[in-house]
Amino acid sequence: MADTVVARLASTLRAVCGAAGVITDPLQLRTYECDGLTSHRTVPALVVLPETAEAVAAVVRACAAAGVPFVARGSGTGLSGGALPHASGVLIVLSRMRRILEVDPVSRRAVVEPGVTNLSVTQAVASYGLFYAPDPSSQVVCSVGGNVAENSGGAHCLKHGFTVNHVLGLEIVTPAGELTWLGDGTGCSSGYDLLGAFTGSEGTLGIVTKIVVKLTPVAEAVHLVLAAYDSLEAGGRAVTDIIAAGIVPAAIEMMDALSIEAAEAAVHCGYPPGAAAVLLVELDGPATEVEAELAIVRALCEAAGAREIRAADDPAQRAGIWAGRKSAFAAVGRLSPAYIVQDGVVPRTALGDVLARIAALSAESGIRVANVFHAGDGNLHPLVLYNDAVPGEAERAELVSGAILDTCIEYGGSITGEHGVGVDKSRYMPKMFSAADLDTMQLLRCAFDPASLCNPGKVFPTPRLCGEVPGHRRGARPAAPGGAEIF
Amino acid sequence: MGTERDGAREDLVAACGEVREGGAVGGVGMVALPGSTEEVAAVMRVAAGHELGVVVRGGGSRLGWGTPPERCDLLVDMSRMSGVVEHAAGDLVARVRAGARMGDVAAVLAEAGQEIALDVPGDSTVGGVVASGLAGPRRLRYGTPRDLLIGLTIVRADGTVAKSGGKVVKNVAGYDLGKLFAGSAGTLGVITETTFRLHPLPAARAYVTAEYVAVPVACAAVAAAANSALVSSAVELSRAEPGGPTRVGVLLEGSADGVTARSVRMAGLLGPGEVAADAPDWWPGPPSAAAGETLVRVSFWVSALGRVLDAVDAAAERTGVSPVIAGSAGAGVLYVRVGGNGALGSIAQTAASIEAESANDPEGVAVAEFVGLLRGAVADERGGVVVLVAPVGVRAGLAGRGGMSGGTPGLALMRAVKDQFDPGHRMAPGCFPGTP
Repeated sequence: MADTVVARLASTLRAVCGAAGVITDPLQLRTYECDGLTSHRTVPALVVLPETAEAVAAVVRACAAAGVPFVARGSGTGLSGGALPHASGVLIVLSRMRRILEVDPVSRRAVVEPGVTNLSVTQAVASYGLFYAPDPSSQVVCSVGGNVAENSGGAHCLKHGFTVNHVLGLEIVTPAGELTWLGDGTGCSSGYDLLGAFTGSEGTLGIVTKIVVKLTPVAEAVHLVLAAYDSLEAGGRAVTDIIAAGIVPAAIEMMDALSIEAAEAAVHCGYPPGAAAVLLVELDGPATEVEAELAIVRALCEAAGAREIRAADDPAQRAGIWAGRKSAFAAVGRLSPAYIVQDGVVPRTALGDVLARIAALSAESGIRVANVFHAGDGNLHPLVLYNDAVPGEAERAELVSGAILDTCIEYGGSITGEHGVGVDKSRYMPKMFSAADLDTMQLLRCAFDPASLCNPGKVFPTPRLCGEVPGHRRGARPAAPGGAEIF
Repeated sequence: MGTERDGAREDLVAACGEVREGGAVGGVGMVALPGSTEEVAAVMRVAAGHELGVVVRGGGSRLGWGTPPERCDLLVDMSRMSGVVEHAAGDLVARVRAGARMGDVAAVLAEAGQEIALDVPGDSTVGGVVASGLAGPRRLRYGTPRDLLIGLTIVRADGTVAKSGGKVVKNVAGYDLGKLFAGSAGTLGVITETTFRLHPLPAARAYVTAEYVAVPVACAAVAAAANSALVSSAVELSRAEPGGPTRVGVLLEGSADGVTARSVRMAGLLGPGEVAADAPDWWPGPPSAAAGETLVRVSFWVSALGRVLDAVDAAAERTGVSPVIAGSAGAGVLYVRVGGNGALGSIAQTAASIEAESANDPEGVAVAEFVGLLRGAVADERGGVVVLVAPVGVRAGLAGRGGMSGGTPGLALMRAVKDQFDPGHRMAPGCFPGTP
């Protein structure tokens, strides 16, 4: 955007957010140049830090009036560049809106602002025996608003569902700058489920300013089983058998030798040395049932050829075992100067085949791949390792990473299970969806943001022109009988 | 007009092979029976070309819900599109065509010990359940169709075929059109195929029930059951008459030993409750209304349950109606049935004739007033009151009292969505998508 436009907009926005709430200093702007996907960087023209929903609305109205694109940012932990700024646009940072406005333990509901961190919701309601179920690995820092934008999952979404299953109402600022609610907080408002459609739209349909979340009673008993195997296939067999037994664990996670090695070096998690695969199965629920399921899970893990099984039921022990898994992404940094965190999904029953394909890709290319995955729902997080100091290696790693996604699509899966499309994967969307599919999705975009100013350039490889809607229409829209709304 | 209609008919026959006259159904023109997504697309292209108003029919059981369409030149009957396309038992996923009956689907899935965890009538079609957003008591644990739907194929008003989601449960690629179409009541396009996440069929079930005279005690029992770590699948409440006893029932599902142990503890929580293997005769199923009844959905925060019940009583006393209450109180949803003499009316009934009819319908006016009073009181509790089914006279009376749906958050955006998907406003013209 031209300097004069920036200057004029900055002065308008200072009136809204206060001088301290508008950043124009180039050095400070640089701290916002990327989110968790650091391979994409763009310095925004302006950063604003509004403190109220009304201020967000005023900022968006000012942007809309000036025709300037805007991007919302929560804690900036996203892994697909969803909060990557627009070079000539305004970055709206919601981290100052971090109040928990209400907790109603009897209704199992809380109302929070978008900048509230995921874990702090659970901390605020723990004394009532409740928790907020979605638990992305970044839950200590990631914001609930960002979770809504990405429809975040986490290790426990296998049983407890995703953000969209735990959000009952959203106050949003539309791309035109109007405050409105989607859903009324009761879980069944009338009309279209725009609340559901908005959740996971990656910041392209508007900006969340309040969230009504559903809270869940804390499980009476939690048991964590660790089983070590000599091959990924054997671990995979245990997963299949557990699901076939009609058990839905809270989480089923698997790590391969390379990621175990990395985690061991980083946090000394004490996983069985030399294991080719470690399987973590967490069971939660009423005590009697968890005990019974634990016996079955142990037996199935053993039958699949486990060389060692451990079980933990006290929180400290469980945390110790989980530490290895949760540290895996960062720990891999010790094995390799650079790596790509991939996020693909395949039907659970195809896991074995797909892992074999990934191993073959790795062998052919000489690029190492560490595998960490949510085995229960087929969500793979291959970590593609490379040395950026070696010419051409980054490109080869990128090719392997892309080939893994192709494999996921080939097996009927998805290019992203939880990290989102963002800027990172929009080019893969046409491999998963037809032109008509993408065009149809963008009808929603056109309904919310016809001017395409709200987080433009994300999710879709090619924007749809929203000006003229196709199809014919004759005469005025008739009035409804009985005062009902016409749709 | 005759030639235009003949032309449309010929084109429809070419599109799907089977077209019937709709004479038997009031106000319906032609009935097309497509057998595949491609045939639905061809039918919709013909409908677009001839500017036909289109209504989609699944099982037909909830066609009378909401506001009847203003016109129906073409009824798209989905009954030929039945069958489970794919049941990936190891992945706990099933792909089902929209015209399949829920009961038939359940039988197929049960062979592998799995289910779509919605308690809905077996003769309802999958597409109808999704389009109406229908859910029964177990919504507390499993949610509604939108929570279980992981992928779908639709045909747009112009005949474009589009998919969203897929056949993996965890998937955030692209916008989730499943959420948009669930509960859209056929107003955005035709759902032709759906993919659901499945759950293992529970090995055992138990119902723990109790009856209360004091409303606050019943409300405390509901909250205790819903908030307990005993994992209730459903917490239902039923009251047959104002001032009458309130029944609370809890469904527990799981392993045989687990359910036995939990039901003893749940009985203690209900202070005391009775335990049975089968549902009590009063157990509410999915919401439904008898002929002539008005069916109202009241949703609220559970902490307001007592005040909501008081509001129903107060509105009933003021208007002289006798509401019957039943529903998923633990999930914050109750269904209130009132009246029983009005006719639903038919497609293409004009506003004028509705008004004339309502003038002779004092009961309709009373019911509408009841809804209006209830709306005012429940709004204070941050709840919503939506009329799902109402006879003509009641609908007329609701004008000026918030209509069928009351205040709908995000209405302007909903209109914009409708304009994008169906710019000619030909899909279920005039219908409001009411979601049970």
